[in-house]
Amino acid sequence: MNFFEDVREYLRVNHEAVVQSLLDHIWLALLPVGIAFVLSLPIGWAVSRFGWIRHPVLTLSSIIYTIPSLALLLLLPGILHTSILDPLNVVVALSLYSLALLVRTVVDGLESIDDQIVQAATAMGYRPARRWFTVDLPLALPVILSGLRVATVANISMVSVAALIGIGGLGQLFTRGFQLGFYGPPIAIGLVLCVALALLADTIIVLFQRLVTPWTRAGSSR
Amino acid sequence: MNADTFDFLLNGEYWTWSNYDSFPHRILEHLHYSALALVIAFVIAFPIGLLIGHTDRGSFFAINVGNAGRALPTLGVLMLVLVLVGTGLMPVVVALVILAIPPILTTTYAGIRSVSDVTVDAARGVGMREWQIITGVELPTALPIIFGGVRNAVLQVISTATIAAYVGLGGLGRYLFDGLALTDYPRVVAGSVLVAALAVIIDLLLGLVQRLVVSPGVDGRASKGRRGRRDASAAATAVRTVEEVSPATS
Repeated sequence: MNFFEDVREYLRVNHEAVVQSLLDHIWLALLPVGIAFVLSLPIGWAVSRFGWIRHPVLTLSSIIYTIPSLALLLLLPGILHTSILDPLNVVVALSLYSLALLVRTVVDGLESIDDQIVQAATAMGYRPARRWFTVDLPLALPVILSGLRVATVANISMVSVAALIGIGGLGQLFTRGFQLGFYGPPIAIGLVLCVALALLADTIIVLFQRLVTPWTRAGSSR
Repeated sequence: MNADTFDFLLNGEYWTWSNYDSFPHRILEHLHYSALALVIAFVIAFPIGLLIGHTDRGSFFAINVGNAGRALPTLGVLMLVLVLVGTGLMPVVVALVILAIPPILTTTYAGIRSVSDVTVDAARGVGMREWQIITGVELPTALPIIFGGVRNAVLQVISTATIAAYVGLGGLGRYLFDGLALTDYPRVVAGSVLVAALAVIIDLLLGLVQRLVVSPGVDGRASKGRRGRRDASAAATAVRTVEEVSPATS
């Protein structure tokens, strides 16, 4: 096939730029997920603990989710006093989206726990902090991790948009192909790498989930 | 937002119908692309989701379309279609349709699956035909969840329709990319604010439609319980159903 020849040729000439885009893409997509995950746990805890902040927090998170990503990327420089090309804008924007999603799933996860288990742990003498980390959090993990999967995959596909305003990542391969006069190879390479990266990240989280929540499979596999 | 942005937004020149670059024109273009893509996506995804949900055959397909769809970068799809068929409205609409299908398909499927088997059996027991069960029992009960997916699709499509301007079409993205090209930041900010406002307003309108269409008995308004909570837990259950099935089948 002629097209695959072109792809190979493009990779031979530009492999350094492609690898750089891939690396940029990885940290631009995953750093926000990490930031959001770390922030979502205390916020989710607070929401499940203090009922009155539930409504404002969940409303705020759905409002954040309605803001278009390209618009947010272009509005943030004015708010943060960064330049339009600053990768910080991407990190902040994607952290906000991931946070909006993860807070909701952390709350759902914590509320999915059977109250009797919590009472049993308390009766056995668990102090609140230890109980939360060793009983509540592990039991909420399946739901929390399913939210983490969605946030990770969504971020990986959303980072491409940043290329429209000139920030790195695999999206640059799309704009490159466009600027070269609808040239297919970089676009195809970018798409394949982007989807592969998303699937890989998703698989890693699923494997991690199997590793840390063995009880969810107990009984069903036998 | 600074004074320059307000000046731009309140500039009378941009509110007249005769100026082709005016806000009303661009908003209409934006809604035109979005609506076209959403109608096509709905016509494709809704019946498939309904069928898969009702028969519970092909759930593997529904879940994987959902997962793969989330991973596909719309910008890449747009460029790929551009390479294949050339410029015009078609590539933009195709890319937006591919963006909108997964949320509609998976939530329709998950919504129908979330209807209790007992309810469906009862409907069958009183002599309802399969088609009557779908339209009279499953669909009304699943409506809050399906609405969630449709609203999500609408939001994503309206947000993403800005990329139409990148490939030479109109819509609100025009202000973003023209502003960037001209280093006219107020224009960029004005465009961003308009897209965000459009997305939020359309979402609020759909929320209103949802309230009118969904039966009060289904979303909990008829009982005295708090509505938001019931909605959230129903949606959470649906999400969990999707997530739980996926590791087993893949």
